[in-house]
Amino acid sequence: MINMYDIIVVGGGHAGCEASHIAAVLGCKTLLVTANINNIADMPCNPSIGGTAKGIIVREIDALGGLMGIIADKSHFQIKMLNNGKGPAVRSLRAQADKITYPKNMLKALRDTKNLTIIEGMVENLIVKENTVQGIVLANGEEILSKAVILTTGTYLKGNILIGDENNPGGPHGEKRSNHLSDNLKKLGLTIQRLKTGTPPRIKKSSIDFSKMKPETGDDKYYTFSFDTEPLYKINEQQKCFLIYTTPKTHEIIKANLNKSAMYGGYVTGIGPRYCPSIEDKIVRFADKEKHQLFLEPESIYYDEWYIQGFSTSMPRDIQEQMVHSLPGLEKAVITKYAYAIEYDAIDPLEMRPSLENKIIANLFTAGQINGTSGYEEAAGQGLIAGINAHHKLNNLEPLILKRNESYIGVLIDDLVTKGTVEPYRMLTSRAEFRLLLRHDNADLRLRKIGYEHGTIDKERYQKLENKLKDINNLKEILKNTNLSLNDKNKELFIKNNLEVPTFSISLYQLLKRPEINIDFLKNFLDLNYKEEVLEEVEIEIKYEGYIAKSYKEVERMLKLEEKLIPEDINYQDITNLASEARQKLEKIRPKSIGQAARISGVNPSDLSILSVYLKKKYSK
Amino acid sequence: MFDTICAISTARGVGAISIIRVSGPQAISKVAQIFTGKDLNKVPSHTIHYGHIINNNELIDEVLISVLKAPKTYTMEDMVEINTHGGIASTKKVLETVLGTGIRLALPGEFTKRAFLNGRIDLTRAEAVENLINSQTDLERKLALNTVDGKVAKKIKKVRDIIVNLMANIEVNIDYPEYEDALVITLENLPPRLKEIKIELEKLLEESKIGKIINQGIKVAIIGRPNVGKSSLLNAMLKENKAIVTDIAGTTRDIVEGEIELKGIRLKFIDTAGIRKTTDIVEKIGVDKSFEAILNADLVIHVLNNNELLTEEDQELINKLKDKTHITYVNKNDLPTKLDLVNKDNVVYGNTTKEEGIEDLKNKIIEIFDLEAINTSNLELASSTRVINLIKEALNSINSALENVAKKIPVDMIAIDIKKAWDLLGEVTGEAYQDELLDTLFSKFCLGK
Repeated sequence: MINMYDIIVVGGGHAGCEASHIAAVLGCKTLLVTANINNIADMPCNPSIGGTAKGIIVREIDALGGLMGIIADKSHFQIKMLNNGKGPAVRSLRAQADKITYPKNMLKALRDTKNLTIIEGMVENLIVKENTVQGIVLANGEEILSKAVILTTGTYLKGNILIGDENNPGGPHGEKRSNHLSDNLKKLGLTIQRLKTGTPPRIKKSSIDFSKMKPETGDDKYYTFSFDTEPLYKINEQQKCFLIYTTPKTHEIIKANLNKSAMYGGYVTGIGPRYCPSIEDKIVRFADKEKHQLFLEPESIYYDEWYIQGFSTSMPRDIQEQMVHSLPGLEKAVITKYAYAIEYDAIDPLEMRPSLENKIIANLFTAGQINGTSGYEEAAGQGLIAGINAHHKLNNLEPLILKRNESYIGVLIDDLVTKGTVEPYRMLTSRAEFRLLLRHDNADLRLRKIGYEHGTIDKERYQKLENKLKDINNLKEILKNTNLSLNDKNKELFIKNNLEVPTFSISLYQLLKRPEINIDFLKNFLDLNYKEEVLEEVEIEIKYEGYIAKSYKEVERMLKLEEKLIPEDINYQDITNLASEARQKLEKIRPKSIGQAARISGVNPSDLSILSVYLKKKYSK
Repeated sequence: MFDTICAISTARGVGAISIIRVSGPQAISKVAQIFTGKDLNKVPSHTIHYGHIINNNELIDEVLISVLKAPKTYTMEDMVEINTHGGIASTKKVLETVLGTGIRLALPGEFTKRAFLNGRIDLTRAEAVENLINSQTDLERKLALNTVDGKVAKKIKKVRDIIVNLMANIEVNIDYPEYEDALVITLENLPPRLKEIKIELEKLLEESKIGKIINQGIKVAIIGRPNVGKSSLLNAMLKENKAIVTDIAGTTRDIVEGEIELKGIRLKFIDTAGIRKTTDIVEKIGVDKSFEAILNADLVIHVLNNNELLTEEDQELINKLKDKTHITYVNKNDLPTKLDLVNKDNVVYGNTTKEEGIEDLKNKIIEIFDLEAINTSNLELASSTRVINLIKEALNSINSALENVAKKIPVDMIAIDIKKAWDLLGEVTGEAYQDELLDTLFSKFCLGK
C-alpha cells in the first residue's frame, strides 16, 4: 500500500483539528480527512469561543499544547471575563470569535504543521481486522490504511436538518452527510444513539434597528486564552453585542404554532440538551415567565449576518418570520438563514476507555459530538486527548488520563466514560467538584508539566512555567517574611483608604488574607516587580488558602477511592448479591476503581459495599 | 458468597410457637432433608407447608415451613422459616436437627448483616436493626423501630432538600452569569438561608441528645473529696455492694460501673476515685480518671459533707462543674450543718447510710433530663454516635460558611462548605458512599473467615 499513515483523523471540526495537529506534533504521520476543506474549524452555531467552564477548557487545551487558545486569540472582536465579580474559581473567558477568521487561522496552522496531510473525502466505512482498526474506506471505494483512526465526525453521521416538517439529510450548511459510517459502526458491535441539537436564525445586519436594543460591550481589560500570546487589537476596538427580550407576541405566536415545530410536532427522535433549550422549550417549560433574554451577536466582521443567541427553534420558516418580527428592533428583520434542529448519530461513550479508545475496536478513538458532547471547546479538549493517546498507543506508552482534580477535560472524559450521556453533554462548572482548584488562572500550573512530560509542550514553553512557579514561590516567601511596620506613614495609609489599621505588626502575607486588602495595596510597602499573572496567582493562593486546603482534603478522599483498583478481569457474575441494574452498569463500564464505580448512576452505596467486600475477600489474600 | 446460617428468631421461653430462621444458598435443600411432607426443593417461593421434622427417622416436631426464595426475602438469600410448637425443649431439638445438617448457628445480628451486605437495607437501617437487637428497655426498642422505618432519614432528607435547592441556585448563578432568570445569591441574602439550615440541624442535634439518652443511657459520674460518701451513695442507688466502702480515705481507685433503669432510661454510674491532690502515682491515675469521667459524663453528682466547711478542693470542683449538668448531693444531713454552700440550685440533702434523699435524687434526675416527656414523646430521633457526629460535622460546615460570609469570601467558595454539609448528611441517609463507613462496617461485622 502506498497510502499508509500512522493516524487518520476523520472530520475537520474542532475535535479533528486538535487531534490531527497534536498527533502530527508528536511525530505521527497523520492524515486529516474532511468532507470540505473550507469547513475546517467551522463554527456552525454560536459565534463565540469559551464561556463559563468552557473558557477554562480552552486554557487547558493551551496548557497542553493544543491550538484553540492561540487561534481564538487571533480571531475575535470582543473579549469578556465572565463571573469577574465572583470568586477566581469560576472566572472564565469568552471571546466573540469571527466565523471567517477563526477557521482561516486554524487551516493555516494545520497546513503549517509538519507530518500532517489534509484531503477531502467522505468516510463511509472502517477497515477492521481482528477487532483492530486498520484504515478507512471513502465513499468512492478508495481504501486508506493506518495504524489508528480517530473519528471526529460531529453532526455528520446520518445528519438530518429539521425545519418544521421539512426534513433534509445533511450536515450544517446543507453539506453532505455520511450515510453509512454509523451503520457500519453498529455492524462492528458499537451502540449507536441519536442526539439532537439546534441553532437560531441569522439576521441581515442592515435590517436590524439597534436603537431599540441595549448594547453589551466587552471588558475594558484585555485577556488572552493562550499563555503565550499577546493582545491582538486595542481594547477599545471591540465590537458590541446587543440584549433584547422576547415580547408577549412572541410567546403567543409560539404557543399557537407549537405543533408545527419539529420538536413538538414529533418529527425529532433524537434527544436534545436541557441546558440549551429551544425557545419553544423555554416557553413551554417556564410558562409563567413573561419574557426571555436574547443576545444579538455579530458572526463576523467580513459579512453581514447576526446571530440571535437564545432563540434556537425548529419552527417552520413562515412561523420563524413571525417570531423574529415580534422582537424589538427586528420588526423588519430579514432572515438570512433559518433556525434548524439537527439530529445525528453518536456512539455510546460508555463503550469508550478513559483514553478515548473504543473498548470494542482497538486503536479506534473518538472525540467530540460523536461521543455525545456539545460545544466547540468540549470537542477540542477531547480531540487533543484522543490525538495524544492514539500516538501513545502506537508507541506503547501509557495513555494520558487527566484526573478530576487536575482539569475540566479530565472531568469531561471521566463523566462520559463513567456516566454516559443521553443528551448532548455541555461542561458546567458545577460538574467539577474541585472547581476551586481548576481555575482559569492556574491552568498552566496544573497542566504544562504534564504536557511537557507527554511531549506536547516544548522546552521553551516549559521553562516559562518554571520561571513563573519560581516567581510565585519567591513572592510568597517574601510576603511571609516581611512584616508591616506600624509607623505613622503606614497607619495614615490605612486610614486614608478607609481600611482598619492592624493593631499589631503582621506579615504582609497575613494582611493579604483580609478581604478588603488586594495585592496592589501591598505595593505601598514593598517593590512588587512581578508579572501580573504572578501577582494574581499569589493573591488567590494566599487569600483563599483555607478553601483551597479544604478542596485538597476532598481530593485526598477521592484519590483514596481511586486507588482502590478493580482488577480488569473481574467477573461481575460472581458477585451474586449485586442489584441487577448495578451489575449491568458495572459490566458495561468496567470501572477502573471503586472511586469510578461510585460515580456510576445506578450503582448504589450498598452495591459498592458488596463490591468492596467481594474484592477484599477475593483479592486481599 | 455466604454459607447457610440458622437461629431461633422468636423470644426464648413460653410462646405458642417459635420460629427458626434459616438463610443461605443451602437453606431449602438442607431443611428438605429433615422434613417429611412436600419436597421443599420443588415448591414455589413464598408458600407454607405442613409436615414433620425428623432426625434419623425419629419424629422431632410437627411444623409449618415457609419457603422464601431469593431475592425477595429479608436477607435477599433463600430462606426457610420453621414454625415449631413452642416450648424450649422442642425448639431446641429442632434447632439441633437443623444444625445437624451442617448449617451454622448465626452470630448475633448476622441476618441483618446479610440484609445490609446484600443491598436489602442501607447502613442507617442496619444500624437501627442492630440497636433493636441490642435494646434492653422498651423505650430503646421503640426508638430502634422508628429508625428502622427510616423516619430519621426522612427528617435528614428534608434538610438535604433545603441545601440542594440553595446549591442549585448558586450553581445557576455561576454557570449562567448573564441570565437574569435566577435570583442571585449574594453575601447579603445567603446568611438567612444558611441560618435556616443551621436551625434545622441544631433541632436534629437537640433531639438526638434525647435519642442518645434513650439509646445509650445517661452516664452519671459521682465525684467528691475522699470519704464524703460517694461509694455508699452509689450503693444506695444500686442497692448492691459493688464498690468497696471504707472509712479510710482513698481506697476506691477503680472505676466501678453499675446501672439502674429510671423511667425507661438507663443510668450508668461511674464511681470515681476520691478527688484530692495527691502525689501517690497509683492514686493519681485514679484521680486523673475521675476528671476524665467528669468530662465524659452526661450528669455529675457532686457529693459534699454537710458537717464540713467547703475546702479549696471542693471549691475547685464547683468551679469545674459550672458548665456541666450536675446535682449537688449533701450527705450526712443528720450531723450539724457546717457547709457554707452559696449556690443552692439542684441541691439534694440526704444520708447515704440511711438511704435518705435517694428518691429526691432520682426525681431531680427525672426533672433535669425531662424523662417523663421522653417517655411520652414520639420517638423519631437520631441516636447513634455515628449519625450524631455526622450531623455535628454538617453543622460545623454550615457554621464555617456563615463565618466566611462575614469574611467576605466569594459565594462560589462558600458553596464548598454547603456541599460538604450536604455530603455529610448523605452519609447519614446512605445516599453518599463513603469508604470510612465501610471500614466501620468491617470493624463491626467480622467478615474474614
